[in-house]
Amino acid sequence: MSTHDNSHDLEVLDGNTSLDRFEDPGHPEHKPRRGDLDPKANKKAERQVLFLFAISVLGTIGFVVAYFALPPGDNPESMRTSNLALGGALAFALLGIGTGAIHWAKALMNDHEKSEERHLQASDAETREAAVQALQDGTDDSGISRRGALKGAVVTAVALFPLTIALPLIGNIGEDWNVSKLKHTMWKKGTRLARDPSGRAIKASDVTIGSVFHVIPEDLEEAEHPLDEKAKAVVLLVRLDPRDIKSEQGEGWSYDGIIAFSKICTHVGCPVALYEQQTHHLLCPCHQSTFDVADGARVVFGPAKRPLPQLPITVDDEGYLIAQSDFHEPVGPSFWEREK
Amino acid sequence: MSTTTAPTTSTPTPLGRAAAGTADYLDQRTGLGVVVKNFARKIFPDHWSFLLGEIALFSFVTILISGVFLTMFFVPSMGETHYTGPWDSLRGVEMSEAFSSTLRLSFEVRGGLLMRQIHHWAALIFMAAIVTHMMRVFFTGAFRKPRELNWVVGFTLLILGLAAGFSGYSLPDDVLSGNGLRITDGVIKAIPIIGSYMSYFVFGGEFPGQDLIPRLFTVHVLLVPALILALIGLHLLFVVLHKHTQYPGSGRSNKNVVGFPLFPIYVAKAGGYFFTVFGVIALMAATMSINPVWNYGPYDPSPVSAGAQPDWYMLFLEGSLRLMPGGAEFVTWGGYTVSLNIIIPAMIVPGILFTLLAIYPFVEAAVTGDKREHHVLDRPRNRPFRTSFGVALLVAFFILVLAGSNDLIATHFHLSINDITWAFRVLFFVGPWLAFVITKRICLGLQRKDRELVLHGHETGRIVRFASGEYIEVHKPLDAHERWLRVQHDNIRPIEIEPAEDSRGVRRKGYQLDRLRQRLSQVFYEDRVEPVTPAELAAAHSHGEHDEIASESHEPAQVGGGHHLVEPEGETTTDGRNTQV
Amino acid sequence: MKALAARRHDRRAPIVLLLLALLLTGGLYAVLAPTSADAAPAAASADDVTAGEKLFQANCATCHGPSAAGTESAPSLIGVGAAAVDFQVGTGRMPMQMNGPQAQVKPVQFDDEQIGQLAAFVASLGAGPAIPTADQVDPAKGDPANGMALFRTNCAMCHNAVGAGGALSRGKFAPNLWETTPTHLYEAMLTGPQSMPVFGDTNLNSEEKRDIIAFIDQQGNASPGGLDLGSLGPVSEGLWAWVVGMGLLIGAAVWIGAKSS
Repeated sequence: MSTHDNSHDLEVLDGNTSLDRFEDPGHPEHKPRRGDLDPKANKKAERQVLFLFAISVLGTIGFVVAYFALPPGDNPESMRTSNLALGGALAFALLGIGTGAIHWAKALMNDHEKSEERHLQASDAETREAAVQALQDGTDDSGISRRGALKGAVVTAVALFPLTIALPLIGNIGEDWNVSKLKHTMWKKGTRLARDPSGRAIKASDVTIGSVFHVIPEDLEEAEHPLDEKAKAVVLLVRLDPRDIKSEQGEGWSYDGIIAFSKICTHVGCPVALYEQQTHHLLCPCHQSTFDVADGARVVFGPAKRPLPQLPITVDDEGYLIAQSDFHEPVGPSFWEREK
Repeated sequence: MSTTTAPTTSTPTPLGRAAAGTADYLDQRTGLGVVVKNFARKIFPDHWSFLLGEIALFSFVTILISGVFLTMFFVPSMGETHYTGPWDSLRGVEMSEAFSSTLRLSFEVRGGLLMRQIHHWAALIFMAAIVTHMMRVFFTGAFRKPRELNWVVGFTLLILGLAAGFSGYSLPDDVLSGNGLRITDGVIKAIPIIGSYMSYFVFGGEFPGQDLIPRLFTVHVLLVPALILALIGLHLLFVVLHKHTQYPGSGRSNKNVVGFPLFPIYVAKAGGYFFTVFGVIALMAATMSINPVWNYGPYDPSPVSAGAQPDWYMLFLEGSLRLMPGGAEFVTWGGYTVSLNIIIPAMIVPGILFTLLAIYPFVEAAVTGDKREHHVLDRPRNRPFRTSFGVALLVAFFILVLAGSNDLIATHFHLSINDITWAFRVLFFVGPWLAFVITKRICLGLQRKDRELVLHGHETGRIVRFASGEYIEVHKPLDAHERWLRVQHDNIRPIEIEPAEDSRGVRRKGYQLDRLRQRLSQVFYEDRVEPVTPAELAAAHSHGEHDEIASESHEPAQVGGGHHLVEPEGETTTDGRNTQV
Repeated sequence: MKALAARRHDRRAPIVLLLLALLLTGGLYAVLAPTSADAAPAAASADDVTAGEKLFQANCATCHGPSAAGTESAPSLIGVGAAAVDFQVGTGRMPMQMNGPQAQVKPVQFDDEQIGQLAAFVASLGAGPAIPTADQVDPAKGDPANGMALFRTNCAMCHNAVGAGGALSRGKFAPNLWETTPTHLYEAMLTGPQSMPVFGDTNLNSEEKRDIIAFIDQQGNASPGGLDLGSLGPVSEGLWAWVVGMGLLIGAAVWIGAKSS
């Protein structure tokens, strides 16, 4: 079955067929080490190896002592001391053995180079013949070449059976597979905006020009899975001079220059938390997507495409900021059925 | 079967007797003798660059040892708890069990922080060693037949290493790695059609869910290590089967292995190196802090830290995401969103780079038309295309890594992060091309230097003045060993293919593919410097009128030629054999 | 006296004299040179306001306008309060070296008294945030755990999780906080200098600001794991893994492969 004549595979071959090539001069002469010629140097090397192994033993002893004598304690300094002592002793214990063994090999062990022959990787022709014959005999014995239906049947059965494992594994692994949840957050009409992480509600008068608030829904802790909801519901609240606002995503969605945007980056979902007060840009630290808060949070730099969704807000009768409704589009990174 | 080497006149020691007894017991039950006979004195060649793979292997063993320790104390659960340990800044804070157990491990378990730091430093070194080892294998051509399969195994180990590292540093459930998981979720969601379902698949529902940490734990502690161990076993089996490659040199041919026996030399050297690798990692863990999760805090979707990056080996992905401009997302006719601004940097670009790496041996073999086994390594300068291609690929990766660190570059060098991003957007395309061109010129230049050296010998700095007033610099010819190193390499020329039409004028099937191969082969091998042949050397020696000096003077024949410098360019003429058909 | 005279011509005499002169100069400087502001200065008086106005006209009016109402180059200072002045001038950011998006920290140009006078003058122009009391900025009185929780949400994204600093867009940056005094930390939060948002008392109240100060006070010290490598995260860790780790290990490999002499 071989289409490649491999009898010359190990030879050197090149295009210079018309010109000769140099001959391999053969092994260079062995140069003896100092330790091979001078017994005193040899003894010295041996002492060095012994010394290195002794260092290792000392390291191990040091480790045991440090383990009992230097507990981590309750402050960073004692923890650091414990870590340094244990780790340093361990390093000596290990490096002593390592360098000792290597120095022994280099300086004391026999260092005459030896040569071993290589053989072609492929088996010889006889073996290959026998192998092919063995497979042929087995196939004939099984009779599968004559019985086409059997061949099809065994393949079908074996190919199908993994379904019994794959189905429950994949079926259960995605919880309820309800991806439409990605399109909604827990913000509703009347939900108060609250400080993250304390949960104290925010009054419109609290928000001064140039400030930024990190916001969660006031009822976040009552959710069944607070972190899952928080991952969609976090909001950034800033106040601009109303004359500076160039555009918004919806009429009447801001309140007297107080404007709220989703904090989840529309690129791949990091919190867009850096508010540059003077340029009123929001910068995401992960991949540097930059959004202009005064212009409907449109993207001014970076790999994001869509602006941050704006949360429509207003004020309730006690002066607290509340949401008018949920976001008008899914928050966070894009996905296939996002606009359906 | 006795394994002692004691002289026959003295009686064996108790240890010797015990060893002999054990060996006999095993041999009677397993036939161990065959293995010992074949492998105990197996020859391996000696070069420091062959130890790079060992760094990877031994750091992996270190990871396993420290990892077992960590599993005794880490709790892979996202259940909520409140911290009651000694770290002041987190007292009373609500956090997951995973994060809390990591803190307990770091602050209250003796040696716990040391083990955590050993584990993490070892992981960084594992990946660094894999990359360095892979580069050595690439640049010396050790992936050629019969080792192509081993290259694929090694490549898979690289990918598995990435998976192991990523799943590992995400386990403590802190803000930094949690944001990394958030980014992963965003990338998964961007997959067309199935993206949102894939996200639910991985996280067991919405992000972050309750299932992620336990699932990552299983992946990190069971699935990936099992695969890695199996593939490492296969990788090493191949090395034993194929025997190790060796660098060119006198007495080393494609038909032998020159080196030292496994027992005792490599048992001592490799065994010692394991302790050295472990020891260096322990030293790093003793003195340098790594992944201080107590500073980041438990994961919450709201906070994020400046300098949010993954571990170094994932930085290429991070940089890729940072460099892509945002405009490339669009909505299809049916109202479906296709996020090319994520698909391209996260899937297509790394896909291309890694695929190029994986298939290179097969492309090179097809284009060289060489089906022989290769056990002698190439000096990188003798394969200019391969070396330049490798450098270009490395430069591409490196630019992505730098792009992933652009905010740190901005703060440390007082530059604008936007300008840095633009610079890297351009450099990502220009850099590898430039690196390719420069490296190729360097390789060809080094080859010319080798030719020069072989033909004319070393410059001795001795100037001789003849009675006629002529000055020459005396050159010392290379000895046979020095020369052999510089002339032993294969001289590969672009392949020749059969003509397009056969003798009857019928177009041959498969001609187009052959033509493509030939074109590619020309790209690889058209620019080349051929090794010196004995005829050329003889011609060089008879260049000057100084043969008389060699016979007249009392000194051994040190033929000058300094002022007759043969122009190197003249020695790289292409022969007329590769004309267009 | 004769002994001294004999030693006057000793070879080493000039060196000794030089050392003495250096010691003297250094000592005098240490005693007499003005120190930087730390605790809040005493209440301003009318004299302070007048003196402050003179300083203002001489050093600040070029950019901020003779009535501090602002020009094209610089904003109005009416209503920024004493705290803003104490921060900007006290950290050396003002007078600004050149116009740009980031005011760089430079050596402080004025002494404590002068800063107090400038602050008094600006405060007199319009009501604004006042310089905090020593009690308000005392780290010992703050709760570092609450401070960390607040810092993580409000500050870490610009200043890094432990205050090591971070990049903003277009060459701006949020600086490292470890060397900043508690008073200046408080004032920065209160007044929102340059790109930094304003964290007024309705956003982070006085106790919360003190908690944050207590948290920062604990940072920049020994990390339990060893050298903190700048607290910059995985990039610096990766760099050191290559430089130290691979460096040492490749060095060891070269040693192993080298022929023993």
